[in-house]
Amino acid sequence: MRILSSSVGRKILMSITGQLLIIFILIHLIGNSTIFFGPNGINAYAEHLHSLPPLVWAFRLFMLAAIAVHICYGVTLTLENKAANPGAYAVKRNLKASFASENMIWTGLLVAGFIIYHLIQFTIHGTPDVVVGLDSANRPDVFRMVVTSFGNGLIALAYMFAMLMLFLHLSHGIPSFLQTMGWNNEKTIPAFGTGGKVISAILMLAYISIPAVILAGLLKL
Amino acid sequence: MNLTLHVWRQSGPKAPGKLEQYEAKNVSPDQSFLEMLDEVNEHLIKEGKDPIAFDHDCREGICGMCSQVINGVPHGGQERTTVCQLHMRRFNDGDTIYIEPWRALAFPIQKDLIVDRNALEKIMQAGGYTSCHTGGVADGNAILVPKQDADYAMDAAECIGCGACVAACPNGSAMLYTSAKVAQLAALPQGQAEAAERVCAMTEAMQEAGFGNCSNHYECMAACPKGINVKFIAKLNREYQKALFK
Repeated sequence: MRILSSSVGRKILMSITGQLLIIFILIHLIGNSTIFFGPNGINAYAEHLHSLPPLVWAFRLFMLAAIAVHICYGVTLTLENKAANPGAYAVKRNLKASFASENMIWTGLLVAGFIIYHLIQFTIHGTPDVVVGLDSANRPDVFRMVVTSFGNGLIALAYMFAMLMLFLHLSHGIPSFLQTMGWNNEKTIPAFGTGGKVISAILMLAYISIPAVILAGLLKL
Repeated sequence: MNLTLHVWRQSGPKAPGKLEQYEAKNVSPDQSFLEMLDEVNEHLIKEGKDPIAFDHDCREGICGMCSQVINGVPHGGQERTTVCQLHMRRFNDGDTIYIEPWRALAFPIQKDLIVDRNALEKIMQAGGYTSCHTGGVADGNAILVPKQDADYAMDAAECIGCGACVAACPNGSAMLYTSAKVAQLAALPQGQAEAAERVCAMTEAMQEAGFGNCSNHYECMAACPKGINVKFIAKLNREYQKALFK
């Protein structure tokens, strides 16, 4: 299997899994935004989602596989790249590389760390801040859980920081996956560069809006 | 003008190297960068010291031999300019200039500013050709090539193989070089028959030679003295995907 070992093949796998993760980010955001409709919005959404366990589990396993491939190749390619460049320039001036492009491994690992924390918090309910219960309609009270946790400034700030890391990762990741898939030419290269930053910023602001609105007291129990 | 130079000195491939300071006095703004170094070397020779070893050949910006990282940028950072075509008028009196060799695992230093760029040749040997019976001299235009394709291939063929893309790349990757060769031949009818084998063989040779993987910093394109565009890397990626299904 040439694709699993070659330089370009592994990058294509990084790109495809990256795209799957971006699709997940979009679906998750749409789901999360039901919180703006109050308890009836997000609690109904959560109940609806959990009424389809085989589908939920199939989706979870699929995303886990995508993340595993993305992280595994991300780490190995980065290690190879570090080895290929002894990095011994006394003076090195970058003309084009950005903070985002140079720190993909770190922003990626920070986002991965956040995902683990996020799952322990809101999926497994393993952190002390989480309030588990049922609402008046006997549905899992996700609204109360999220509003209570994000009411804690530190938890909300940690979430916002993770979204900033996600922004940095995607601002290079989006134009990068288009290039690696070969869907790029002289005209689209600068357009995708700008478009990637704009889309990443919109996603970051949309995700941050939830803890921000809760912290501001606009969304309360 | 007078300049302070910090030049990488290394007596051999295995020897330890370090930056050494030299003063370049009465430098004419009309001199090329290499002529300035020639003069510094003349003084070193007169003093009985070892002159600074650096690669150069045509001094016309077309052979791809000169290879110096000047103040952190391969070829010095003037757009579409090789070191030999860089002139001292780009600098100011009293400037401090750092001169280092290309640095990448695949380019071992031979002496001072000279590196071994045979790794690029290995990529070329892996697939940078078309196999055909040459026979007698073929008629011109026996194979018609549309103008757009010919222009595209010529843009890719502008690559002079200097290796600045590798020197600039934070990953020490030769993807811009490899992609220029792959795209050039993939755009022409003569290159079609071996297109799939070529892209696989050349990217594998790149990997084997110790070059890193492209992570789309586009630092290569900014440093390239011939302005080779990273659109050719996208083309290589497309060619590779086509090859996967062959």
